[in-house]
Order: sequence, then C-alpha cells, then structure tokens
Amino acid sequence: MNAAQVVLPALGPALPELILAVGALVLILYGAFKGEKSTEGVTVGTLIVLILALFAVVSQPLGAKVTTLNGAFIVDGFARVMKSLVLLGSAAALLLARDLFERERIARFEYPILILLSTIGMLIMVSANDLIALYMGLELQSLAAYVIASFHRDNVRSTEAGLKYFVLGALSSGMLLYGASLIYGFTGSVSFPGIVTALRETSGLGVILGIVFVSAGVAFKLAAVPFHMWTPDVYEGAPTPVTAFFASAPKMAAMAMAVRVFVGAFPAVTDQWQQIIVFVSIASMALGSFAAIGQRNLKRLMAYSSIGNVGYALIGLAAGTEEGVRGVVIYMAIYLAMTLGAFAVILSLRRGRQMFETIDDLSGLSRTHPWIAFLLAMMMFSLAGIPPLAGFFAKFYVFAAAIKAGLFTLAVIGVVTSVVGAYYYLRLVKVMYFDEPQGGYEPMAPGLRIVLGLSSVVVVLFWLVPAPLVGAAGVAARSLF
Amino acid sequence: MTAAAAFFYLFSAITVASGFMVIASRNPVTSVLFLILAFVNAAGLFMLMGAEFLAMILIVVYVGAVAVLFLFVVMMLDVDFAELRQGFQDYLPVGGLIGAVFLVELLLVVGSWAIDPGLVHGPLANAPGGETVTNTQALGLVLYTNYFFLFQVAGLILLVAMIGAIVLTLRERPGVKRQDISVQNARTQAMAVEVRQVPSRQGVEV
Repeated sequence: MNAAQVVLPALGPALPELILAVGALVLILYGAFKGEKSTEGVTVGTLIVLILALFAVVSQPLGAKVTTLNGAFIVDGFARVMKSLVLLGSAAALLLARDLFERERIARFEYPILILLSTIGMLIMVSANDLIALYMGLELQSLAAYVIASFHRDNVRSTEAGLKYFVLGALSSGMLLYGASLIYGFTGSVSFPGIVTALRETSGLGVILGIVFVSAGVAFKLAAVPFHMWTPDVYEGAPTPVTAFFASAPKMAAMAMAVRVFVGAFPAVTDQWQQIIVFVSIASMALGSFAAIGQRNLKRLMAYSSIGNVGYALIGLAAGTEEGVRGVVIYMAIYLAMTLGAFAVILSLRRGRQMFETIDDLSGLSRTHPWIAFLLAMMMFSLAGIPPLAGFFAKFYVFAAAIKAGLFTLAVIGVVTSVVGAYYYLRLVKVMYFDEPQGGYEPMAPGLRIVLGLSSVVVVLFWLVPAPLVGAAGVAARSLF
Repeated sequence: MTAAAAFFYLFSAITVASGFMVIASRNPVTSVLFLILAFVNAAGLFMLMGAEFLAMILIVVYVGAVAVLFLFVVMMLDVDFAELRQGFQDYLPVGGLIGAVFLVELLLVVGSWAIDPGLVHGPLANAPGGETVTNTQALGLVLYTNYFFLFQVAGLILLVAMIGAIVLTLRERPGVKRQDISVQNARTQAMAVEVRQVPSRQGVEV
C-alpha cells in the first residue's frame, strides 16, 4: 500500500466545518499580527464566517444522506437543521457580547475565535457518525467553553465558574469515554451503523452499562438532572454574554448529540435507554420548576429554566419515535429564540459600567422601557407555555409525541411541572408591570436590539407561519428513521 | 542465552531497581531522575517487543514532557520529603500487608488468564501491511488516510488549548524591561556617551 493509492474522501459535505476552520485560522493570524486593536475586525470577520457557513449548510441538498471521511461524518436532514440552529445561536451570542465586553474593557480578539472553534466542535458533534468523532467534537466544543467561562479573568466568580466547569466537564468526558469504550468492547464497532448491526444480533449487560455511562456524559453536557449541579454556578459566574452563549448554541449541539447517539446508534435497545431518558426528563422538569422558585438572580433563574427546558425537550427523545424527534427539533429551535431574547433583555439592564441582574432590578420596567418590558413579558409567557406564543407549540409537539408513544405519565408530569414553572415566569411579568420603578437603564445596544427583535418575531409570530420550522423539523426527524 | 534475553534482563533489572530508588531516595530531584531512568529502560523493553512507536512515545511524552514537568514542580514547590516520610516505620506493617494482599490477588487473577491464540493473529492480520511494515508506518498509514479527519480535529483541540492558555495567563505588565533590537541598533555614540567638563573641586551632577 503506498500513498498514491489513497483516495481523498469527499470533502464537500464538510464544507461548513472547513469554512469555519479556515476562517478561524485566518482570523487568529489577523488578530495576532494586529494585536488588541483587531477585536472589532475579528468580531465582524467571525460573524461573516458564521453566516457563510450557514449558507453552506442551507445550500446542501435537502433530504440527502451522505456519509464521508471514512464513515465518521454524516450529513442528513437532521444535521442540516441542527447545524443551522447552532450557527444562529453562535452568531447571536457574538452580537450579544460585543457591546458589553468593550465597556468592561475585557474585549479581546480571542473571544470570537474561541466561539468559532467551539462552533466547529458543535457542528462535528451534530454530524458525528461514530463514537470517536462524537468525542472529538465534544471535546473541541467544551475546551473552548471552559476558557470563555473564565474569560473575565480578573473576576473571581468568572475564574471560579471556569474552573468548576472544567473539572466537572473533564469528569463527565471521562464517563462518556468509559461508556464508549464499553460499547466498543461489546459490539466491536465504533461507528453508529456498526453498533446498530451488532446490537440487532446480541445485546448484553456490558452494552447497557456502556449506554448508562454515555447517558451520564450526555446528560452532563445537556445540564440535565442529576448532572446539573454545575449549571447555576457556571451561569451565574461567567460573564453574561458567555452565559447567553452557553444557554443557546451548545445546548442545540448537546441535544443533537443525544438524539444521534440514542436514536442513531441504539434503536435496537430503545426500551433500555428509554427508562434512563424518562427519569432524566422527569427529574429535570421537576427540579427546573421547583428550584427556580427561590432564585433572585436572573442568570441563576435562566440556568434553572434551561434545566427545565432540557427536561421538556427530552420528553420527545424519550418517545423514541419520528414525531418525538420532530418535537425535540421544534422545541430546541423555539427554546433558542426564547432564551436569546431573554438574555438580550438581561444584558440591557445597565447603567454605565454597572450591570443589574436580580429580579428586583426589573421592577417597573414597563414604565421606564415599555417595549423591552413587553417583549420580555412575551418571552416569559412563551417560556411558561401560554398560547398562542411559540413556547406553547413547542410543548404541544413533545407532549403529543409522548402521548402517541404511550408515555402518559411523562406527559402528565410535564404539564404539571410547566404549571409550577409558570409561577416564576409570570412573577417576572408581575414585577415588571406592577412594582415601583427603580430608575431607568441605558438604551439598548444595536447588537442586543437585533437579537431581541429577531427572537421576538419568532416567539410572537410563530403561530401565524409555523410551516417552515415544522416542515424542516419533519424532514430532520424523517432522516433518522 | 540470546542477546535479546540478556537485554531484557538488563532493562528490566534497571527498571525495577530505579523504580525502587524513586521511592527510596532522600532527595526528590534524585527521585525524578530515577523515574526518568525507569522510563528510558521501559522504552528499551518496548523496543525489544518490536513496539518501536510506543518506545518513542514513552521517551518523547513521559521523559520529554511529563518528567521534566515533575522536575519543575519539585524544584519550585520545595516539598520537604523527609517530613512527609516521617511515619514510614509506623505504617510499614499495615502497608506491607495491603501490598501483599494486592500481590496475591494480582497473581491469582493474571495467573489464571490464558490468551486465545486466535486473538493474537486475528486483529493483527487485519493491520495494513501485516508483517511487512513497521508499526509506526502502519499507524501513519491509517492516521493520515482513514482517520485524517479525527487527526485534524485533534489539532484544532490543541490549538484551542494553546489559545486558552494564552488568553487566561498572558498579561501586559507595566514597567517590564524588554529588549528592543531596533532601538539597540539605532543607538549612536551621541546617545550613549556624554562628554562634560568637570570643574575643579566641584564635581558634576550625574
């Protein structure tokens, strides 16, 4: 075997990743040569690269299923939809970060580049078709995330957040790897199609143990109970734009990874992993709604809200059906819009260099900033699941899938916890509209306006034109079954 | 006794002896140096087994990076090992007992193992090139062809680690004197030397 016989695999399907990787390298060089003055240029460059990659994702042929790079990389409808969400989330997080970092004088050109590299990792996770590619993508994503969590390095809480995230993340990666090695050992294959074939014939205790460990790793990345402990501390400690990033794009990638692993690799043992997902889902929904009640800090509140929302999205995965996966995709897309909108508002609570991030700081916002208050109220009504806002439909699709799959208990618990959760979402609305104002805040930065505007359009007007998202989610789910 | 067997006994004897010296020596720096000796001899053992890639990796990674890191840590932290070893005599019986139990367990478990002869030839026969290429070459043949995607992603991960280390630790400190070669080169006699008349019995202000 000599080098001349080696055929280069098709690189076309990996075009978005290639664009991001080349863009990241070029921008690093640009930043390194120009020094700290280049922050603005690198941020704009990163946004352009993300948008180019988004175009590359969208222009890939619809519904086609292509594997390449020795079977490690798959592009199908599901990958395209989830990649679009990831890229949108990353771009929005960058827009949210610009203004604040400049004020805090921590704007550095490495931040957009780390976001870019993290996004490459997420896209690889979404497209992973074997356990090694999955782990490599996950590690690339998380490593960049640990760094940006402690990006405000002179701030003790930010450093603490980064360290906590790093130590616990390394532990969870270890569990995932241990599970992956067990699965490889008992099925003899690391590729998902290979695992599917092997599990059709035999499945022993070893494989199930492997699945349990992999689920633990996945649940950590999703911040689902019982692996959620890091979330409130990291969300509170990290700089707010970084928190917005953690709550958006990586969640999309982690959920895509969960669907890829469970539906893509273990369809033959659905009844085994279904129990795990049902438990994780119920526990996350319950904790997300009950633990959030006592929170005073908006970032901690959003952390518990994200734990709860992951629980709802997992209902769709627990169903294990095509409708369930469609529900997951719709839920995650709408969650992305809601959470980015909410963070845009949290980031706008500011006077000079002082940031406000407790619930009491929202009081009387309706009188000082009627529009912002109105849009945040819409986000909160939507998160609480009140029709006709998008959040209601998100929950509707996953509950419907659960009922069709016969998981009545899960659906009922979901409805009950969403009623409990409505309490703390609606409390924010009450504070904004019925409490005495504390004094106005500065006008919103343009980046925040764009993100808040776009996410409000999705949240408020989704019921008028649901077809594009529901249709895309349908294509995505079909490609997995 | 063949040369290979002679080398095996040489390497393993030095490995065991230097392993013992790692815990027995009084000076921590000596300990680390013995650790390096153990690594080098273990690399020799790998070499005898025909695993030259593992031997190289052991030297490059463990000796070149890990052991040097240990050396730095030991030198910087100034740990008083004599104090740490204070209660050694008291704990010796208990520790020795646990060690003996471990040894017996290991012998019982590993002694009952038998490697399936089919296993030795099965997966190895599938390796590209089989017997004709060295294992470094065989690894390269799959790493840069079938798995080049994963290899590249690993490269990106290392890049992130590097950027992260720089982002979190590099600081522009004021008042640090740096070498500026262009300034040095541009220095002329006029900038460096000042000629003054010194008045008698008065001196000059420097």
